[in-house]
Amino acid sequence: MWTVVACLVPPLIMSVFVFGIQTLLITAVSVISCVAVEAASQKMLGRAVTIKDGSAVITGMLLAFVIPPGVSPLLPILAAVMAIYIGKHILGGIGYNFFNPALLGRAFLLATFPVAMTSAWLPPLQDGAILKYLGTSIDAVSTATPLAVMKEHGAAAFTQAFGSGSSLYLNFFLGWRPGCIGETSALLILLGGLFLIYRGYTTWHIPVSVLGTIALLTWVVGGKGYFTGDPLLAVMSGGALLGAFFMANDYVTCPTNKKSQIVYGIGIGALTVLIRLKGGYPEGICYAILLMNPLSPVFDGWFKPKRFAPPLGGDK
Amino acid sequence: MLSLFTFPQGGVHPPEKKELTANLQIETMPVPDELEIILGQHIGAPCTPTVAKRAEVKEGEMIGQVTKGLGVPLHSPVAGKVKDLGMSVHPMRTSAPSITITVDHGAVPLVYEKQDWESQEAKELLARVHDAGIIGIGGAGFPTHVKLSPPTDNPINTLILNGAECEPYITADHRQMVEHVTEVVEGAKIILKILGIQKCIIGIENNKPDAIAAMIKAAKEGSTSRYLVSVNALKVKYPQGSEKQLIQAVTNRKVPAFALPSAVGVVVQNVSTARAVYDAVALGKPLCEKVVTISGKGITRPANLLVKIGTKVSDIVAYLGGTAPGLTKVVMGGPMMGFAISNLDVPVTKTTSAVLFLTEGEIDTRPHSQCIRCGWCLDACPMGLEPKEIGIYVEANRAEDTEPLGVFECFECGSCAYVCPAKRPLVQFIRLAKMKAKRK
Repeated sequence: MWTVVACLVPPLIMSVFVFGIQTLLITAVSVISCVAVEAASQKMLGRAVTIKDGSAVITGMLLAFVIPPGVSPLLPILAAVMAIYIGKHILGGIGYNFFNPALLGRAFLLATFPVAMTSAWLPPLQDGAILKYLGTSIDAVSTATPLAVMKEHGAAAFTQAFGSGSSLYLNFFLGWRPGCIGETSALLILLGGLFLIYRGYTTWHIPVSVLGTIALLTWVVGGKGYFTGDPLLAVMSGGALLGAFFMANDYVTCPTNKKSQIVYGIGIGALTVLIRLKGGYPEGICYAILLMNPLSPVFDGWFKPKRFAPPLGGDK
Repeated sequence: MLSLFTFPQGGVHPPEKKELTANLQIETMPVPDELEIILGQHIGAPCTPTVAKRAEVKEGEMIGQVTKGLGVPLHSPVAGKVKDLGMSVHPMRTSAPSITITVDHGAVPLVYEKQDWESQEAKELLARVHDAGIIGIGGAGFPTHVKLSPPTDNPINTLILNGAECEPYITADHRQMVEHVTEVVEGAKIILKILGIQKCIIGIENNKPDAIAAMIKAAKEGSTSRYLVSVNALKVKYPQGSEKQLIQAVTNRKVPAFALPSAVGVVVQNVSTARAVYDAVALGKPLCEKVVTISGKGITRPANLLVKIGTKVSDIVAYLGGTAPGLTKVVMGGPMMGFAISNLDVPVTKTTSAVLFLTEGEIDTRPHSQCIRCGWCLDACPMGLEPKEIGIYVEANRAEDTEPLGVFECFECGSCAYVCPAKRPLVQFIRLAKMKAKRK
């Protein structure tokens, strides 16, 4: 668990340089509330308090990572109650919750604070002035995320706002773009995710199937005509990478069998593209994961591991 | 570079920990004053004593016999006097009937001379294997003469000698293969003659290069046109020494669930069992002693000890200079499949391969938590089962419904419990599930 936390620290540090020091505050509030709500929930429900296992810390970090950097630091407190108390402990406690708690917290905020959650985006800082956004009115500086610009104003506006060619890809790869706190740096998320795979904490099946599906479908139907979409940009936009490497493959809520994991990942990728292109929101991976979560046991029922050898004369 | 044989599905890589004893020569432990010989040494019916209390017994004399069911006779490892027909501490059951023998230290030890076996009929050889009380020494304890008389519906064509010794710490078979190569190979030839087949493959994990080299040499020297003995180096992966996994690694054949190796034309014997067959047939010596690895950081002096069957663990501890500070757990057998014991008066049986004295740092004493469905046990299980599901069923009081999950195909290797990040006692859950599912 603590290895996952360590993998989330570089994107957090990056967010300070992209969006300012208040991202640290939001993340700290989120982590502390999640741990506190976890302890309180477990006490109330008469279960053993397991805050030392680090799982509430991860939820807290991921929760902060998927909210805009310009929101009030009080929002994560509400989200933590939703994520940990309702999403995790009321639905069975660790090991039994069937929705990803952090994403449930984000979905809750999106429903209760729709304006803040869809507009408190900050333009990346260019000069390392990490204190710039402290105390300023968000309305005065807020901007729009690349996916929102693309969706609402089209490709021409997108190019005007974010440029094109290699500088566009480089900015997106490093993380210099508007977005949620921890989702922007493709490079650091990729490094953290690959480290987790290298250490054997997770496998490639879910990230690859999620991102592969997003890339493929965007390429096929995401452009003006068929086969003209930009798969690379699609993968580096929104929360696709963060979702694929740190959320879709959450042990508790994803399937356990490798084959079911691939089906599940394809489902998440397809829903993400569907919501991005046709849904009401510019980004869809949060709802895509939440929609696929409860199907995990269904997929695990479809695909069973291959038994060593069947009994002679078939099954009894 | 040798190409290594292995089984493809599942398996884990626990720390080997064999360095503590791998280079220690087999050492003969002096016979203690008293031996407690448990009557039920193996799978099947326990022996009934054939000696009375206070009777004098000679070394190698039969002291117990099985009249019905599977079983082999029991012999006195020493000359002495029957002190008692009572109960002894047992590693799995709390106690079990036994024969206590007071050792006569003055008696002259028997000297066994090599006899010619090649001229004898296979049937006679088989009878001698039975009469010498030989069972599978590897751990399962299946009577060897039964394994060597397979059902006739499937012709047997391969004998596999199991020298994988994949459990961490244990080096008893390793030492046998280094120090008693010729006996092992000749034992294999005796078994080949009994089975009426030609081919024997010895499977050894690649972490024992000295044993592989020694066995290859002995196998070459021992092979004739009648007996073809060869060695396959196996990849180091637990449970490489499990019968079904070993057969798959060596022959690429899969033994069906609930079937015996004979279903795919194979008989498997442990290398130490082959040595015992040699002793029994070529020397006329019954099975009354055993090489046991005594290891772990909790014993003052680790060793590969040749002890008489019936030697109590407490006598071994005293001989090796006592336990070391920090000892927290004593395990009979390997750390993966062995049983923790709570009383050091447990006597060594024919199937004891190791006694491990483990300290705090060598075991994991953290409490277990709920299953987090990470699925690691699915990847570790060599039988393609879902240990987590069985555990969840047991916790939900539905242990009796686990048969469709293949609970009876599990041979309790412990790979799942080894990888479980929640430290769940999956093997114990599975044992419970088996018990309840059987009763259903």
